[in-house]
Amino acid sequence: MEYALLICRDESQAPLAAPEQEAFAALLERLGPRLKVNTRLRPSGTATTVKVRDGGLVIADGPFAETKEQVAGVLVVECEDLDEAVELAAQIPVARLGAIEVRPVWPL
Amino acid sequence: MVAYLIRITGDWDLAEECAQDAFARALERWGRDGIPRNPGAWLRTTARNRALDQLRRAALGAAKLSELAMTAPDDATGGSGEEIDDDRLRLIFTCCHPALPVEAQVALTLRTVAGLTTAEIARAFLVPVETMAKRLVRAKAKIRDAGIPYRVPPPHRLPERRAAVLAVVYALFSEGYSASAGADLIRQGLCAEAIRLGRLLVELMPREPEVLGLLSLMLLHDARRPARVDRAGELVTLEDQDRSRWDAVAIAEGRALLEAALRLDHPGPYQVQAAIAACHAAAPTAAATDWPRIAALYGRLAEMVPTPVVLLNRAVAVGMADDPAAGLRLVEALEADAQLRDYHLLPATRADLLRRLGRLDEAAAAYREALRLAPTDAERRFLTRRLAEIG
Repeated sequence: MEYALLICRDESQAPLAAPEQEAFAALLERLGPRLKVNTRLRPSGTATTVKVRDGGLVIADGPFAETKEQVAGVLVVECEDLDEAVELAAQIPVARLGAIEVRPVWPL
Repeated sequence: MVAYLIRITGDWDLAEECAQDAFARALERWGRDGIPRNPGAWLRTTARNRALDQLRRAALGAAKLSELAMTAPDDATGGSGEEIDDDRLRLIFTCCHPALPVEAQVALTLRTVAGLTTAEIARAFLVPVETMAKRLVRAKAKIRDAGIPYRVPPPHRLPERRAAVLAVVYALFSEGYSASAGADLIRQGLCAEAIRLGRLLVELMPREPEVLGLLSLMLLHDARRPARVDRAGELVTLEDQDRSRWDAVAIAEGRALLEAALRLDHPGPYQVQAAIAACHAAAPTAAATDWPRIAALYGRLAEMVPTPVVLLNRAVAVGMADDPAAGLRLVEALEADAQLRDYHLLPATRADLLRRLGRLDEAAAAYREALRLAPTDAERRFLTRRLAEIG
């Protein structure tokens, strides 16, 4: 099963220190071909929210959800089951300060 | 049997259906042909065959079908006691998976482990049947869609997962215990269900101290139930209970379990709470209660689980062991805690301590505050009486 791991953190907090970044990189490398998608998002200040209402285009500055914690990255990983996805999420350094949302992906 | 069927079919609804069907057929056949030599095996084989049949009809994946057909016949002949236990453990741990909302964990455990009907569970939790039915449907959907595995957790996760299972069973017990007299008997029946589940857990995990501790705690509490409510349906405090009405058999069993748990030398919160309950059970009269020991035990509990409610209970015990002034100081230290803000037992406790210190005006004010926050009629009546007593 494929799971999306949404890495969420409070952007006002300090970014990962070098050792943590290395640990994260090593983690991703160990996943090998199971890692289907690996994106790192620019800060939420660079986001633009797009809606179409009554046929009209509505554009606003900023992210969709006005929360303290924002999505900083998205991984899609092939896992045996939820427990495996959870164990993986727990190893992501951001999990210690922020949160990782684990959501199954619809099969194609 | 449901546990076994879920494992081999991977489909909770199908498992339930085939189990029910097997029982129905048993009633029909056994009445006519007599009870088979191995009834368990008969039921499992019948249920398994029906499952195979249903899957074939739904043409659900040749893979699933051949997997099922490959299941050795021995597997259906009741298996070893150990295999049956393994399936039951898988079921319990899955029902109590932390990825499910807590109320769903409780509902699913009652439905698939305890075998209550959806209507009975809805009644017990005072919600409409549709609400409970939806809760169960969503839980099973999440298990399926999010890939919650049907297994006993790996060793490094067992402690916290076991704690989750114990929490569900204890939540059930608390729900039933708080249901006062005059309320639905089904609600009070939750205590019996919780104890039954507790016994199952002890059977499946006999060397786990906290599992033993939880059953001990529930039995020791439940032992007091006959004395908790008087003939008029009024709440009777521990202090005033007629101890001759306590269930001595339950107390004996509770104490034996606690001793067995303590011998395993791995203390935990349920064991400590059971020890506190055992102290009360050991006192022939309220006056004979070993309050210093209880206060010390609450001190230990507060180290493990420093929640405001535990700290409040400790304040009560200290007030009884040392003197009300000491207890009052601890209670006042808790006033600022946000979690206790609407908890009626905080002002009620303060009121009681002030009353014992002879500060009656302050006590009255505190009783009034407690009255404002009290959640049930029985408690309001109790507090009103106390208020009247101090004039």
